[in-house]
Amino acid sequence: MATETTVAPPRRKETLDSAVIRFAGDSGDGMQITGSQFTNTTALFGNDIATFPDFPAEIRAPAGTLPGVSGFQIHFGAKDIFTPGDAVDVLIAMNPAALKMNLADLKKGGILVVNVDNFKETDLKKAQVAVSPLEDRSLEGYRLFPVELTKLTRAALKDLGLDAKSMDRCKNFFALGMCYWLYNRTLDATHRWLDEKFGSKPVLAEANKLAMKAGYAFCDATEAFQVSYEVPPAKLAPGVYRNLSGNTALAMGFVVAAQKAGLRLFQGSYPITPASDILHELSMYKEFGVITFQAEDEIAAITSAIGASYAGSLAITTTSGPGMALKGEALGLATMVELPLVVVDIQRGGPSTGLPTKTEQADLFQALFGRNSEAPVPVVAASTPGDCFWVALEASRIALKYMVPVILLSDGYLANGAEPWRIPDLSELPEIPVTFRTEPEGFRPYEREPHTLARPWAVPGTPGLEHRIGGLEKQDVTGNVNYEPLNHERMVQLRAQKVAGIVQDIPDVVAAGDPDGDLLIVGWGSTYGAITAALRAQRAAGRRIGHVHLRHLNPLPGNLGEVLKRYKRVLVPELNMGQLVWLLRARYLTDAVSYPKVQGKPFMQAELEAKIQSLLAEKRTT
Amino acid sequence: MTATLPPVYTKKDFQTDQEVRWCPGCGDYAILSAVQQVFPELGIPREKFVVVSGIGCSSRFPYYMNTFGFHTIHGRAPAVATGIKIARPDLEVWLATGDGDALSIGGNHTIHMLRRNVGIKVLLFNNKIYGLPTGQYSPTSEIGKKAKSTPYGSLDRPFNPLSLALGAEATFVARSVDVFLPQLKAVLKKAAAHKGSAFVEILQNCNIFNDGAWENLTERELRDDHTIAVEHGQPLVFGKAKDKGIRINGLELEVVTLGNGITEKDLIVHDERHPNPAYAFLLSRMDASPGFPTPLGVLRAVDAPIYEKQVGDQLAAVLAKKGKGDLTRLLRAGDTWEVR
Repeated sequence: MATETTVAPPRRKETLDSAVIRFAGDSGDGMQITGSQFTNTTALFGNDIATFPDFPAEIRAPAGTLPGVSGFQIHFGAKDIFTPGDAVDVLIAMNPAALKMNLADLKKGGILVVNVDNFKETDLKKAQVAVSPLEDRSLEGYRLFPVELTKLTRAALKDLGLDAKSMDRCKNFFALGMCYWLYNRTLDATHRWLDEKFGSKPVLAEANKLAMKAGYAFCDATEAFQVSYEVPPAKLAPGVYRNLSGNTALAMGFVVAAQKAGLRLFQGSYPITPASDILHELSMYKEFGVITFQAEDEIAAITSAIGASYAGSLAITTTSGPGMALKGEALGLATMVELPLVVVDIQRGGPSTGLPTKTEQADLFQALFGRNSEAPVPVVAASTPGDCFWVALEASRIALKYMVPVILLSDGYLANGAEPWRIPDLSELPEIPVTFRTEPEGFRPYEREPHTLARPWAVPGTPGLEHRIGGLEKQDVTGNVNYEPLNHERMVQLRAQKVAGIVQDIPDVVAAGDPDGDLLIVGWGSTYGAITAALRAQRAAGRRIGHVHLRHLNPLPGNLGEVLKRYKRVLVPELNMGQLVWLLRARYLTDAVSYPKVQGKPFMQAELEAKIQSLLAEKRTT
Repeated sequence: MTATLPPVYTKKDFQTDQEVRWCPGCGDYAILSAVQQVFPELGIPREKFVVVSGIGCSSRFPYYMNTFGFHTIHGRAPAVATGIKIARPDLEVWLATGDGDALSIGGNHTIHMLRRNVGIKVLLFNNKIYGLPTGQYSPTSEIGKKAKSTPYGSLDRPFNPLSLALGAEATFVARSVDVFLPQLKAVLKKAAAHKGSAFVEILQNCNIFNDGAWENLTERELRDDHTIAVEHGQPLVFGKAKDKGIRINGLELEVVTLGNGITEKDLIVHDERHPNPAYAFLLSRMDASPGFPTPLGVLRAVDAPIYEKQVGDQLAAVLAKKGKGDLTRLLRAGDTWEVR
């Protein structure tokens, strides 16, 4: 390549109100890191963002093959961003497999950057592509930028004395540098991150910086890119922000809950995708006295947590669907002995091992009913990555106040997705008062607080409170083993009443959008963003639609039945075969319409809008 | 600081008002009585005791102990107890379990508790049968056991509980028998004093479904020839006339008769502190070998890092290094930006 100084061509800068980029490559190409870095820089710049990391369950499927493709999508804007975006403006494809798997999502006329160094005969074969798409005109209609990413990266790093493999591992940062140029971003935040990450190996920090700089300079120097883009900062509510993923938010939420309750946080967990990051995160917080116990299996994870709860800790266990199935019996025990516990289920595609890295909302029934006999458990669900923080506090509050195990539902999409999060002031955090029983006089293990029906928390080590609890049915008040028919019925009712009574302690729902009208969309969990985006668009088109997003799934908010009646129709989109809709139909006798999706992927805004339109266009025969 | 004397208790202080519901003649009564005799002698405030159990006849134990008690679910007591002990290392956590509870459904939890060396005292009541589900063979039943689910005899090879515990490198491994009260009490006291997991197998008679399972060891005329009480620092001698001993020959143990040139000097001198669990493992294998006595007493008692203490030490070390956790710092970790 000629090195003479060229006069930079005149460039245009276009201003956009939002954009969607997807980095796609092999699992070993560092696409998740690349995406996270772009996200962090973009968040710091002040855009609103939503991200969608999408990676295979295999750690390293054979390089260059279709199952090995890993992707990271980010939607960022000067306006409110609710979803990672239906279609992609810029696609970075590091190899033919990544191109093949992702091209369908690129907008017509969108920017397509491919690493041509990875389009050799063998690469095409691994991707099961007969003819190179670079040559068969199949990419017409896109703005194609074939870039020698590998070669250019090696050229940029030639003086560092690294071997070829180490140099090639930096090519994702070349691509990142290109995207930073394309969207007029600075390299500062990523520089800082590299310094921290490679503190002990400065040469690797330097190599990645050089690769990124080379990618940036490449765009600057070549005439290929005639246009660069600006996406101005969004008008977020005033405050200090950080970028936050759902699993990190949960971990922080539980630390805060324990501090506010004045208790030790104990986490018993067994590694499982996509919940393990909560364990990784909490294991770092020892300065808060957090104990993380990596148990021998899912059952020991929950039962050790029950032991810690009995001993006076705020105890949690974190898992995904298969682990939930294993915890069922122990959840029944926690229900029976009435000890506080939070069980976090980061849902993923199932049944069985299913789709470990893909998202789904199909554990609602398992959360509500997945135990033997009558074992009601409060269930709460997070709606956005940042909301995970607040839901962790709410689940802890309910568990501690009512002496009850609580299930918290999140999913793979929330767990790994990130958004800008306004950091609350300490004064905004709720107090979580907890009292241990200490007075021996008149102590009866199952005597209930009349308002909450909670039994006393009498922690071992307290003089005069020696007592026995267990999974056998208890006599009302005394807690002694008792098999009498009427006592059993009374205890079943008391346990149910205690959970049902929480309805007094949770807010009524307030519909977003229209307070009454033609259609109410009822959602829960991670569909919040897609529903909100669809609702805004459809209301802007003149339709009268409301949206209720349920945080509390058991008990359901007290006014929900009344709200359902204010709309002509009710639509329930869910990433399952229709579980919440089944519940609403049974509970409120409403003729709610299900909109199920079970593809391991979140809803797209366009899908929801199409469903809304078709539903409202239907002539009802009744 | 004023020194407070340890409270003075009697057996009665550890009895509850609950009617004991084991079958008349069950070996569990003797074990309960022994434990209720030992606890008052330990000088530990009663409220510090937590008795945890799983499911099975043995697991009703907590209901009859006037301490804190937790009757959990089948097989999971070691995990519940682990959670209690990690959260509150100051508590004295005892676990009552059986051969089915600890070695079958809860086998995984048992070995992991032992390998971690959590400070829990385990009383494994071994009656070689499932009692509560009314008489099926258990993981310690002998091959060919005819029971409700095995009318033609069981096929599976039994676990030797001591061998299993030693395989998991348990730091305290002992055995006693329900009806040998003084020996049982002595073993329980040693278990109580041990730091780390203490595993005590108690051979127990189920007079309903497996009566006489241990009579070779318990009948007066048989016991001396069929058992050997191992004592730290003492040669391995047994027999009614104290004329037999255990000698090591290569990797094998052998029974020898004293006299004819063989003296106590030729015998193994028991070393419960032997760092290699293989030694105690060899002793534990005597059960399965015809002509060998069944070892009773403490086979192994070694010091090793205690799990819950290590957990606490790690917390303290991080706290000392990083200082007390600050919520504002936690919430504002990483890159932040301000929107005005």
